[in-house]
Amino acid sequence: MISALLNFEFLQNAFLSGLIIGVIAPLLGLFIVVRRLALIADALSHVALAGIAGSLYLSQSVLFFSALNPIYLGMATAVGGSLLIERLRGAYKNFEELAIPIILSAGIGFGAIFISLAKGFGSDLVGYLFGSVSAVSRQDLWVIVTIAIVVIAFIRFFYKELFALSFDKEYAKVSGINGKIIQTVFMIIVALVIGASMRIVGILLVSSLMTIPVAAAIQLAKSFKGAMLLSITIGELSVIVGLFSAYHLDIAPGGTIVITSIIILLGVLGWNKFKGKKRVGKVKGDLMHDVG
Amino acid sequence: MKKILIDCENVGFHYGHSTVLENISLQVRAGEFWALIGPNGSGKSTLIKIILGLLKPDEGTVKLFGHSAESFKQRERIGFVSQKSNSFNSGFPATVLEVVKSGLTRKVGLFKGFSKQDEQRAVDALKIVKMDSFSTSNIGELSGGQQQRVFIARALVGDPDLLIMDEPTVGIDQKNVASFYSMLNDLNREHGIAILLVTHEIDLVTELASHVACLNRSIHFHGVQSDYRKMDDEHISSWYGHPVRRVHASKGDMDK
Repeated sequence: MISALLNFEFLQNAFLSGLIIGVIAPLLGLFIVVRRLALIADALSHVALAGIAGSLYLSQSVLFFSALNPIYLGMATAVGGSLLIERLRGAYKNFEELAIPIILSAGIGFGAIFISLAKGFGSDLVGYLFGSVSAVSRQDLWVIVTIAIVVIAFIRFFYKELFALSFDKEYAKVSGINGKIIQTVFMIIVALVIGASMRIVGILLVSSLMTIPVAAAIQLAKSFKGAMLLSITIGELSVIVGLFSAYHLDIAPGGTIVITSIIILLGVLGWNKFKGKKRVGKVKGDLMHDVG
Repeated sequence: MKKILIDCENVGFHYGHSTVLENISLQVRAGEFWALIGPNGSGKSTLIKIILGLLKPDEGTVKLFGHSAESFKQRERIGFVSQKSNSFNSGFPATVLEVVKSGLTRKVGLFKGFSKQDEQRAVDALKIVKMDSFSTSNIGELSGGQQQRVFIARALVGDPDLLIMDEPTVGIDQKNVASFYSMLNDLNREHGIAILLVTHEIDLVTELASHVACLNRSIHFHGVQSDYRKMDDEHISSWYGHPVRRVHASKGDMDK
């Protein structure tokens, strides 16, 4: 793949996009997971599906949409969905999690309507659902680079506020941190990252790149910064192994990237169990020795 | 005359048609240690939320350091410790030092990261609560009592003038409760921090506090500890809602 990578622009686009997404998806994912909002990424990716399906459907009859990259409408609907989730969470203060299935269902509902109206989209839609190595254009790459700059700047400048809000929302509020504005901007950025990631990982699997590397990292890390670095490392490893296997096996990269991250997660869980058993064994041994 | 830090004047609060608080007037001054006691459902936590600006009173006014509680901006002057069980997810991947540093978030200001000096302040706050040897431990691995000490360090790191605590000993085993209160005593006496402590443990705390306020929807008594101790148990039982019998512990017991 290395020589092909040097010769083909589409492969360079896919590889560079993948590397960038491997950083930003788990980076934001950590803040989502520790706030127990892992399903938000799923809801927003399904809203993005509605936007992409809508754009593909309209491109059949409206000239403007035939020239528009469907990713833009996908991102716009995901951002709209993120703001709606925030509004709904406010409306259902005691059942905040209700906002997620409502928006998720709305996304699938609209997506299904547009797909039916267009009588299917064939390979185009499959690429958006499961990702594609060949579909990432140079324009897509620049969109992803721009979003990555926004994400990294946001985390850099609001890291301590995001940590305080994630660790203890009530304390953050009492100490005068404006959680409402930060949370709204955070949700918009999550929607943009989902939009940026779906070309490579696909709409149906984008949330897994935000959550599975984090799920593995929090099993190992003691500190928040450690969990952040480990999540990114596992995300990058999954993307690199996933993209190489997808290219060689000629299959959708979304599947290979996610399955690689699942294998890493299983390895981490197995390692922790083994370590736990070893520790219990050592304690038992020490006790036996003490008794003896 | 010492400076007034909290000034509640005729505060009232209702949830729908039921009155939770009525005519609450209370002043906490610099250096005082107040115990706010009352049975479950007496409105203690609601009053704390009003004082902290999390709830708006339906009647009356609350001033913090001479400013209206709602518009009060110098939040770092107040340290807050809530019930352990309410405040965080014990699986959260964070070290003790990271948690304590988060208490400086507002003081450091927007767009800036923590400096080496901030880190040193966090270590110093951990020293006060005797938890500095745990700075790199994961917060979830500590016992309930140790976690509460860390949360006090987080409240202290911004160098507050006032510490407000809402039943901080809930979920902590009895052995550690006495040493926890002893630490509060040191913070008040040696560091001069005013404390408003909400609790329903009327024995231990009222021995420590310089002032006591008894709340059950309205204030039934507020004043210095010696006057509170003079009241008979029957009188306390009459507003508390069920029979109360106080056991007076000596301060020596507290320090053990």
